[in-house]
Amino acid sequence: MSPTPDAGEIGADHVGTNQIYVLHVNGQDREVRDAWVGESLLYVLRERLGLMGSKGACEQGECGSCSVLVDDELVCGCLVLAATAVGQRIVTIEGIAPVGAPSDVQQAFVDAGAVQCGFCTPGLIMATHALLDRSPEPTEYEIREELSGNVCRCTGYGRIIDAVQRVAVARRGATSGGAS
Amino acid sequence: MSVTVALTLDEALTALATDPAATVLAGGTDLMVELNGGHRRAASVVAVNRVRELRSWRHDPAAGTLWLGAAVTYTEIAQEPIAALVPALAQAARTVGSPQIRNAATLGGNVGTASPAGDGLPVLAALDAVVHLASAGATRDVPFAEFATGPKRTVLQPGELITGVTVPVLHGYQGYSKVGVRNAMVIATASACLAVDVASRSVRFAMGSVGPVILRAPEAEAIAAAAADFDAGTIPSEVVERFGAAAGAAARPIDDHRSTAAYRRRAIEVLARRLLARAFPAGAPIGGDA
Ligand SMILES: Cc1cc2nc3c(=O)[nH]c(=O)nc-3n(C[C@H](O)[C@H](O)[C@H](O)COP(=O)(O)OP(=O)(O)OC[C@H]3O[C@@H](n4cnc5c(N)ncnc54)[C@H](O)[C@@H]3O)c2cc1C
Repeated sequence: MSPTPDAGEIGADHVGTNQIYVLHVNGQDREVRDAWVGESLLYVLRERLGLMGSKGACEQGECGSCSVLVDDELVCGCLVLAATAVGQRIVTIEGIAPVGAPSDVQQAFVDAGAVQCGFCTPGLIMATHALLDRSPEPTEYEIREELSGNVCRCTGYGRIIDAVQRVAVARRGATSGGAS
Repeated sequence: MSVTVALTLDEALTALATDPAATVLAGGTDLMVELNGGHRRAASVVAVNRVRELRSWRHDPAAGTLWLGAAVTYTEIAQEPIAALVPALAQAARTVGSPQIRNAATLGGNVGTASPAGDGLPVLAALDAVVHLASAGATRDVPFAEFATGPKRTVLQPGELITGVTVPVLHGYQGYSKVGVRNAMVIATASACLAVDVASRSVRFAMGSVGPVILRAPEAEAIAAAAADFDAGTIPSEVVERFGAAAGAAARPIDDHRSTAAYRRRAIEVLARRLLARAFPAGAPIGGDA
């Protein structure tokens, strides 16, 4: 027995069935209706669940604009078959912080001028949170390496790296301040 | 279209037995690109990246082997403790795509795609890995050298699953090097793995992106093994030159949109020399045998 979105017929027709399945997104169970089971997570998030924060650009994992967390792993939403993520914890940019109360990473991107057209920003915010959760004091080399899956065509990356370093410094200050 | 998410090996094999035409999906970093782009269609999909048995790995110190489940990701392979057991595979893993790609991309998917540019593959070739396959009620082991029959062609049969790969845990230097147009997120223009096995006094060398499948360079390997002092860790420097030339001669590169055959062969010569010099860092004077 598979714990599956055990969708309907197998057929030559690639417009799939209207099977309903449930995704756990940003702490909530969300029903996906009227969807083809071959849709990517990125597509389902945007077109079925109305979560427009994750951006679609290359649809082939190169640009990182659709970065989301699936069971705490940073992945490209465009490369996840949505129906396979049933039962997994999905976090999108909308789940990082409520509107009007930005996370420290979001605020640092604003303060450092790391946002220009903004298209890559949600993916970069997701990648930065993932990086700093794993490695609180990254070197510049590490930052460049860890953000290498997120393409930005405006900034030239300097201010993005600056923003990441600001957060690392601020968090360190907060920790040592709390300890003293 | 139907999607089955298998959580156990049994579930995966049962689903494939019921529907042998189903497409196996692991991390999706090759397959989803093709599905999104409409280059490939799947009537049904069996997802295996959450299969417990395939996500595990096992080191057998007595046998001197490491078994890696097909759904182990490149992120896991790039880190300890796996990295210490197969350093070249960890180096190759670190060059795959980006963090997002490595978090999803599996070793089994790399093997299954069987691209001549797959970064893990020259390492598996150099280590004489064994690929483990299973279908409902049957298993078989295929030497890595026989698994791929051409670019993106393999001996995998419908209904068959790659369950894992076994590699020897060798004592001696091993390294992976890759040439591409940039450092991150790049397909290899040419790549190479060199592994020294002090116990068997052998040097193994395998190359990617310079042939329809991953190639070994037996003559180059023999030149290095004959000249190397495995105990002192030295090799005459003129042998390093000959090794590079022999490796380049074993390549069968083509001109394509990524590079030219001539550049690829040259790249292999350079990578081979560099890797051998790293393996035997002490060097030795020309003709020296000290
Ligand atoms: C942006 C980007 C960058 C990339 N960069 C690199 C790179 O630098 N180096 C590199 O080598 N690759 C790279 N790749 C390709 C890809 O990430 C690797 O080949 C990866 O290892 C594929 O694994 P997967 O689990 O994602 O495979 P999937 O896409 O899930 O599957 C790949 C193929 O293998 C089959 N398959 C998977 N698992 C099994 C199994 N257990 N049994 C039988 N068949 C199976 C599938 O049916 C499919 O045909 C890149 C891909 C992208 C999108």
